[in-house]
Amino acid sequence: MKLWMMQQNLNNRRNNNFRVNGILDSGVEGVYKSPPALFYFVLHGLFCLFSLVMGFRFARLIIFLFLSTNNNSTSITDYLYNTTTTPILTSPTVITTNVANGLTLDSPPATPTLQNPDTVSNQSTPVSTGSHIIVGRHGIQIRAWPHPDPIEVMKAHRIMERVQAGQRLLYGIKNPKPLIVITPTYVRTFQNLHLTGLMHSLMLAPYNVTWIVVEAGGPTRETAALLAKSGCRTIHIGFDQRMPILWEDRHRMESRMRLRALRVVRDQRLDGIVVFGDDSNIHSKELFDEIQSVKWIGAVSVGILAHSGNPDEQGDENSPLPVQGPACNSSGNLVGWNTFNPLSHGEKIGDNETVLPMKLEWAGFVLNSRLVWKEAEGKPEWVKDLETLENDGGDLESPLSLLKNGSVVEPLGSCGSKVLLWWLRVEAREDGKFPSGWIADSPSEITSGKKVGGTQEHKGKHTDKTG
Amino acid sequence: MIGDWVGFSVTKKMKASTFAFVVLLVYSSLLRIGADELDQSQQTERISGSAGDVLEDDPVGRLKVFVYELPSKYNKKILQKDARCLNHMFAAEIYMHRFLLSSPVRTLNPEEADWFYTPVYTTCDLTPNGLPLPFKSPRMMRSAIQLISSNWPYWNRTEGADHFFVTPHDFGACFHYQEEKAIERGILSLLQRATLVQTFGQRNHVCLKEGSITIPPYAPPQKMQSHLIPPDTPRSIFVYFRGLFYDVGNDPEGGYYARGARASVWENFKDNPLFDISTEHPTTYYEDMQRAIFCLCPLGWAPWSPRLVEGVIFGCIPVIIADDIVLPFADAIPWEEIGVFVDEKDVPKLDSILTSIPPEVILRKQRLLANPSMKQAMLFPQPARPGDAFHQILNGLARKLPHDSSIYLKPGQKILDWTAGPVVDQKPW
Repeated sequence: MKLWMMQQNLNNRRNNNFRVNGILDSGVEGVYKSPPALFYFVLHGLFCLFSLVMGFRFARLIIFLFLSTNNNSTSITDYLYNTTTTPILTSPTVITTNVANGLTLDSPPATPTLQNPDTVSNQSTPVSTGSHIIVGRHGIQIRAWPHPDPIEVMKAHRIMERVQAGQRLLYGIKNPKPLIVITPTYVRTFQNLHLTGLMHSLMLAPYNVTWIVVEAGGPTRETAALLAKSGCRTIHIGFDQRMPILWEDRHRMESRMRLRALRVVRDQRLDGIVVFGDDSNIHSKELFDEIQSVKWIGAVSVGILAHSGNPDEQGDENSPLPVQGPACNSSGNLVGWNTFNPLSHGEKIGDNETVLPMKLEWAGFVLNSRLVWKEAEGKPEWVKDLETLENDGGDLESPLSLLKNGSVVEPLGSCGSKVLLWWLRVEAREDGKFPSGWIADSPSEITSGKKVGGTQEHKGKHTDKTG
Repeated sequence: MIGDWVGFSVTKKMKASTFAFVVLLVYSSLLRIGADELDQSQQTERISGSAGDVLEDDPVGRLKVFVYELPSKYNKKILQKDARCLNHMFAAEIYMHRFLLSSPVRTLNPEEADWFYTPVYTTCDLTPNGLPLPFKSPRMMRSAIQLISSNWPYWNRTEGADHFFVTPHDFGACFHYQEEKAIERGILSLLQRATLVQTFGQRNHVCLKEGSITIPPYAPPQKMQSHLIPPDTPRSIFVYFRGLFYDVGNDPEGGYYARGARASVWENFKDNPLFDISTEHPTTYYEDMQRAIFCLCPLGWAPWSPRLVEGVIFGCIPVIIADDIVLPFADAIPWEEIGVFVDEKDVPKLDSILTSIPPEVILRKQRLLANPSMKQAMLFPQPARPGDAFHQILNGLARKLPHDSSIYLKPGQKILDWTAGPVVDQKPW
């Protein structure tokens, strides 16, 4: 007890910040009177010198060791690092002088620049009018395992999902319309590849999707098996002719297949936004968000990834990526179309020649399904009837032929400046063989080097052009 | 006919007509009162579910403020010396002055004023780094008060009880940045009876006087408006914080700065993927806050922080880690419903606390934060808009009216001690 008061006094004297009470004053005179007190005084001085030299609070350590035997409290390190310190003045009035059993933390003698006023432990009688918040050094509380808890992380992710769903509800598109995706397809080597890609894009879109798949040559089990994995409503139709080999013919047949699908939309009065999703195209997620704003017919920009198999033939065709889509003037109105003329050689499918799209691909257009209904309220009069289109056998190159007047198309995606989908035609060689269902029956088929329908394997040797 | 009418018993007719007239008058006045009440109820109904209709009170007509004309050495000249005072977080004192000069509550006749304002910029003596030095502020304030007490009789009439001062510094009118020193000094003795408008607020603290009005720190409104991003950007950061955890210059060991709370946040969550915390100063700070769900607002050297204002503006739920803090306009804004309060001793469990909040509560807090009147109340826009922080301050002052008649001193009565305080502060400024 006396030791404490001694130390108090000495620290007080040194710092001059502490208003000493009379009790402590009397203690000071006692120092010079009793030899044990003098001894403690000298000891304290030695500790201070030692601390100055060593650079840490030696006296503090010794005192804690001394008093931990008395206190039976937590371990020393806990005390040193984890407890809060003692209070100092919380009111400018007279300081309480209850030198209780608690420990005082001396101001460090090694760092005299820190002007810490001295502290009086007052744990027995808390200051009634003051706050319980103590000013001074506090311990930094670290929990036992300061690393992420996986359960908390999962909970937080679920909270984030809820918050984001709430945001979508508040700021996103209200009343999202369902999508009707029309895809012409046929069984071939790369069908699995393309349809899987398209299927995954549709599964990611946060809208109701009705997928109309028109298959050339009649519906097959392979295609049906693929579609079953999609999880959305699918309508699988067969088209009676087989897919032709020449690209030009193929384009025309695809258009007819799409019209067949539109007939289904009309007959079943499907409601939503019609998207012409070709199976070999690549769609971005923003496309589906952007087309929600279409009223009747809209157009987006399509990036044309013209694939040239042979690097030797790189010429002017491989200069900047062409984009097909609406062109606007500065006030955002549609003034024309960005297109380019396709090469008109008769390339066969699977060739390593450049395959280019038609002037305006169907994929770049989206329709409100009510345009093709027989009767719909608000249906504009600039749309032709579906049946007249088929019977005419007219030019079915793009949905523009559905319209009497091409200027009513709404440009989407910041007036065509955002490319929201990419057109690509990559197919295997026509004579390539592939294991059905992409399940290899025996490992020998793969290792023997049998042609499995690659495209780049035989450069310069593409002489076989069998059908 | 007319003659008949005139010759009729005038008194009787008069009685009847006056009676009818009185009835009509009473009825019409009742109608008007009824219409007013209906209007009021419609108003409150419209904004029910928002953060209280007190935010939308209009102070004009409820109080009158007289602005003392001090020589420009107390305000304009200081500002001319350092124009940075207009952008730092203590700029409220300057903008309040400008607002009052052109506000309809200002009166040029001091006899009819309810409140008196002294425009003295005490927080404009900046270091090269931009931090204000408070050492001359007590002298400046004392000198200003001496001026107004000698040139106008209104100070001596009440010894400042109907005067208000804006003291936005760290610890308000204690005029020091170090908490221990500030507590030692206490509030300037001359301001013991005046109303203080300050950013600092902590319950049971020496530097928060009874009856003070707590205001938010200044945050530049145009700068924040220019960094807004579309509100449908999904909030993908769970907890966000940018700032110091250890103040290496002033408190190298840690434990003093922020009472160890910020250091505790760092040590416990520095490798936690949910906590996006660091000491960087990114240029996308405002945009990041709009992509975060929770924004930490821990105490620093003082409990208040501009992060609270930024969080409210950007819709990020403020997580306030400061024991006993008094938040701005606490009587008008229901902070408990908008923010999350975490005790400093609970900081190691911060992740559990935040993930255990039900998602419906979080969504509700976000809806409350999206209320534009809340965002307006935190800002000091120029020119002033209805519902902004200036008006909230005036509302607070108006709610303290009418003054109790006991504030008026009897002739010769003196309460304030003009010589109290450190000797250094007695020197003239």
